[in-house]
Amino acid sequence: MYQIVTREDLTPEIHLFEIMAPDVAKKAQAGQFVVIRADDRGERIPLTIADWNRQKGTVTVVFMEVGKTTRKLATLKAGESIANFAGPLGLPTHIDKYGTVVCVAGGFAIATIVPIARAMKEAGNKVVSIMGFRNKNLMFWEDRLRQFSDELIVTTDDGSYGRKGVVTIPLKELLESGKEKVGLVVAIGPTVMMKFSSLTTQPFGVKTIVSLNPIMVDGTGMCGVCRVSIGGVTKFTCVDGPDFDAHKVDWDELMARQRTYLDEEKRSLELWKQSCSCGGKT
Amino acid sequence: MPEKLNLNRVAMPKQEPKMRAGNFNEVALGYQAEDALAEARRCIQCKKRSCTQGCPVGVDIPEFILALRENKMSEAVKILKGKNALPGICGRVCPQETQCEEVCALGKKGAPIAIGRLERYVADWELAQPASSKPKPEIAPPTGKKVMVVGSGPAGLTAAADMAKRGHKVTIREALHVAGGVLMYGIPEFRMPKRIVQAEVDYVKSLGVEIKLDSVIGKIATVDEILADGYDAVFLGTGAGLPMFLRIPGENYNGIYSANEFLTRVNLMKAYLFPEYDTPLRVGKRVAVIGGGNVAMDAARCSVRLGAQEVYIVYRRSRTEMPARREEVENAEEEGVIFKFLTNPEKFYGDEKGWVKTMECVEMELGEPDASGRRSPVVKKGSEFKMDVDTVVVALGTTPNPLVPTTTKGLDTTKKGTVVADEASGKTTKSGVWAGGDVVTGSATVISAMGAAKRAVASMDAFLKGQ
Ligand SMILES: Cc1cc2nc3c(=O)[nH]c(=O)nc-3n(C[C@H](O)[C@H](O)[C@H](O)COP(=O)(O)OP(=O)(O)OC[C@H]3O[C@@H](n4cnc5c(N)ncnc54)[C@H](O)[C@@H]3O)c2cc1C
Ligand SMILES: Cc1cc2nc3c(=O)[nH]c(=O)nc-3n(C[C@H](O)[C@H](O)[C@H](O)COP(=O)(O)OP(=O)(O)OC[C@H]3O[C@@H](n4cnc5c(N)ncnc54)[C@H](O)[C@@H]3O)c2cc1C
Ligand code: SF4
Ligand code: SF4
Ligand code: FES
Repeated sequence: MYQIVTREDLTPEIHLFEIMAPDVAKKAQAGQFVVIRADDRGERIPLTIADWNRQKGTVTVVFMEVGKTTRKLATLKAGESIANFAGPLGLPTHIDKYGTVVCVAGGFAIATIVPIARAMKEAGNKVVSIMGFRNKNLMFWEDRLRQFSDELIVTTDDGSYGRKGVVTIPLKELLESGKEKVGLVVAIGPTVMMKFSSLTTQPFGVKTIVSLNPIMVDGTGMCGVCRVSIGGVTKFTCVDGPDFDAHKVDWDELMARQRTYLDEEKRSLELWKQSCSCGGKT
Repeated sequence: MPEKLNLNRVAMPKQEPKMRAGNFNEVALGYQAEDALAEARRCIQCKKRSCTQGCPVGVDIPEFILALRENKMSEAVKILKGKNALPGICGRVCPQETQCEEVCALGKKGAPIAIGRLERYVADWELAQPASSKPKPEIAPPTGKKVMVVGSGPAGLTAAADMAKRGHKVTIREALHVAGGVLMYGIPEFRMPKRIVQAEVDYVKSLGVEIKLDSVIGKIATVDEILADGYDAVFLGTGAGLPMFLRIPGENYNGIYSANEFLTRVNLMKAYLFPEYDTPLRVGKRVAVIGGGNVAMDAARCSVRLGAQEVYIVYRRSRTEMPARREEVENAEEEGVIFKFLTNPEKFYGDEKGWVKTMECVEMELGEPDASGRRSPVVKKGSEFKMDVDTVVVALGTTPNPLVPTTTKGLDTTKKGTVVADEASGKTTKSGVWAGGDVVTGSATVISAMGAAKRAVASMDAFLKGQ
C-alpha cells in the first residue's frame, strides 16, 4: 500500500496527491510516469509524475476526474492509501540546450509540464510557456509555471482570464513573429490539443515533442496496447515514449484507439455512481 | 504390487464441454482418492526409472507413487517436493506427454501412468490439510549473504525458495502487482487456478523470502545498483514477456490484441468479472486467434467463455506441427473452437471508427523442413480470401523484455534478445549475476524454467559459500 501524504484540490475536478514511494522518488525524472491501482479490483492506469521529493521519499501526481478510477481516487483523503504505484516508467524527456523552448500545456497537464519547464530552464534555455484552460475557475499553478518561465501566456476558451481562445493562437503568433528563435516546442495536454499544436508548428519546421497518452495496462512493454504509429513504425508508448516527435504521430489512429472502451467505461462509471453512497458526487 | 498389468489409465473427471464453455472454473476436476489409488496401482515400479529421467527436474516418480499407494500421503508430498517445489502447478501444466509420461515403461504397450495427475492429486491433498499439520520446511542457519531475485515466475519462485532454504537472505522484485509471472497473468483460471499459484507464493514467503511488488528493475533500480547495494548475487528470472506482432497492414485497428494483453486483461485484471472488477475487455461475435501454441489455445478458450459465437484458431502450418499440448487442443475442440490450418493473415481492414472488420488471409502449403525440423509453410498463389472478424488475438510468441539487459553493463544477449547463460550453471557473462527460465531460452515451459533455476541455485550457493 502507498500512502497519500497530502492531497490538494487544484480545481473541483483536478486533484493532487503526494504519495509515499521512496524507491520511485529516488529515480523519478521529468517526463516519466507511474502506473497505479486504486484498490484490489482496480484498473491499472498511468499518471505522469508531476514532482518528487527525494529526501521525503514522495512522488506527486495530478489527475483529472474523467471515469471510474479517477473518481474513485478523488474520494480518498490524505492518510489513506492506494493499492499499487509502479514507476518511474517510460523514458525521461530529453533535456538539452535548445535556445528558446516553448512549453504548451492544457488542463491537468500544467502539472506535468512544470518539471519539464524547470529542467529546461536549469539547462540554460529561455522558456516561454503557454497554458490554456476552459475558464478562469479551472485554472491552477499559474505562479508555479511562471517561476520557471521567462514569459508566460495564459489563455481561457471563454476569455474569463488572460487571452480569449485556445493555446494554438499565441503559439502561432509567436512562431510567425520570428521574435524568438524557437529551438523546441513541448506540447502536453488532451490529445486534440497536442494534435493541433503539432499542426501549428509543422509549417514552421520547429521540432515539437508531445507526451502521448494511449490506453495502457502494464506500462512495461508486455502487452502492446499502448502501440502508436510514429512515422509509419509501430512503437510502444510505455517503453519507447511517452515523448515522441509530434510531426510523425498518426493522430487519428491514436484517437480511435483511446476510444476503444467508451461504452464499457460509461457503464462502469454509471454502476459505480449508483452503488457509491455519495451518488458519484465527491 | 499390482495383480495384473492394467494398460488403461484412469480417466480424469472433467467439466462437461457445454457447461465449462460458460464459466472460468477449472476444467479438469482432479482425481478422487479411489481414482488416484487405482492409477497408482498400475505403476510397475521399474528398476530403470525411465520416467524420472524424462522429468527435467528428476522427480522421484516411482517413490512418490509407492508412498501414495501405501497411503503415506505426507511421505509422498515430501518425496515430490524434494525435487519439485511447485507440484500443484506442474501436475497441471507440464507437457507430460513429451516428458515423464512419454518414457514411462507402460507407454510401450498401453497408456503410460498418468504421472501429472497423480502429482496434482498429492499436491492438492497437501493444500487441503490444515496449516498446523504441515511439517516446517528445514531452513539452514543464516549465511549472512543477500540474494536478489528479479521476477516472480516459476524460475524466480524456485530460485528464491531454494536459496532461502540454504540460509541466504532472499528478496524478490516483481514488476507487476501480483507475484507468479505467467502463471498469474497468462495461463487462465480454468487451467491454472490462481488460488493454487497463490498458495505456492505464500509457501515461498513462509521460507522468509521478501517479495516486493510494483518494482520494475531497470527503472526503479538497475542490476548494477542492486549489486552495489550489498547484494551478493542476482538471479534474473524475468521471462519472455515482449509480444511479437504480425507486422502487416492494419494491425493497430481496435479489436486487435496481443495474446499478452488479452490474457492479462482476462486473468490478471479479471476482465471476465467486469464491471465488478474495473478492467474492461471487448470480445465480439467472431474471434480469430492467430497461432498454434498453448497461448493461442488459452486465448481461444477464454474467448469462448467470454461469449464469442465463433472462435477460430488460424495457424499457418498443419495440425501435426501445432506446438500446443494435445490435451488442450482436444479441450478447445470440445468447446467449439474451429481450426483453420494452413492459413495466414496478410492484412486487416477496419470500419470508419477504427475497428477491425475483415481479415485477409492466404492459404499455405507445406514445403521443405526448416531449421526447427518442421515443414515450413509457403504461400499458395492466388489463394487470398477474406474472413469477417470482430476481434483478433495475435499469439505468435514472445521474446525477453529488454529493460534489464539494456540497463545492465556487461550482460550479453543473443540476437533473439535472450540473456546468454551457461546451461549447467545459469552463470551469465556478468559476475555475480545468474539467469534462468524463459529469459534465457525464450518461451519454453514451467518445468524447464524451474530446472534452470535449480541449476543456478547450486552454482550461486557454491559461489556464495566460497566467497
Ligand atoms: C503516459 C500517460 C500519462 C498520463 N498522465 C496523466 C496525468 O498526469 N493526469 C491525468 O489526469 N491523466 C493522465 N493520463 C490519462 C489517465 O491515465 C486517464 O485519464 C485514466 O486512465 C482514466 O481512467 P478512468 O477509469 O478514470 O476513466 P475511464 O472512463 O476508464 O477512461 C476515460 C478515458 O481515459 C483513457 N483511459 C482509460 N483507461 C486507460 C488506461 N488504462 N490507460 C490510459 N488511458 C486510459 C481512455 O482514453 C478513456 O476513454 C495519462 C495517460 C498516459 C498514457
Ligand atoms: C498463455 C500461456 C500458456 C502457457 N501454457 C503452458 C503450459 O501449459 N505448460 C507449460 O509448461 N508452460 C506453459 N507456458 C509457458 C510458461 O508459462 C513459461 O515458460 C514460464 O512461466 C516461464 O517462467 P519464467 O519464470 O522464466 O518467466 P515468467 O513466468 O514469464 O515470469 C517472469 C516474471 O518476471 C517479471 N519481470 C519481467 N521483467 C521484470 C523487471 N524488469 N523487473 C521485475 N520483474 C520483471 C514478470 O512480470 C514476470 O512476473 C505458457 C505460457 C503462456 C504465456
Ligand atoms: S514435474 Fe512435470 S515432468 Fe516432472 S514428473 Fe512432474 S509432471 Fe512429470
Ligand atoms: S516408468 Fe512408469 S511404470 Fe515405471 S516406475 Fe515410472 S511411472 Fe511407474
Ligand atoms: S502498456 Fe503494455 S506494452 Fe505499453
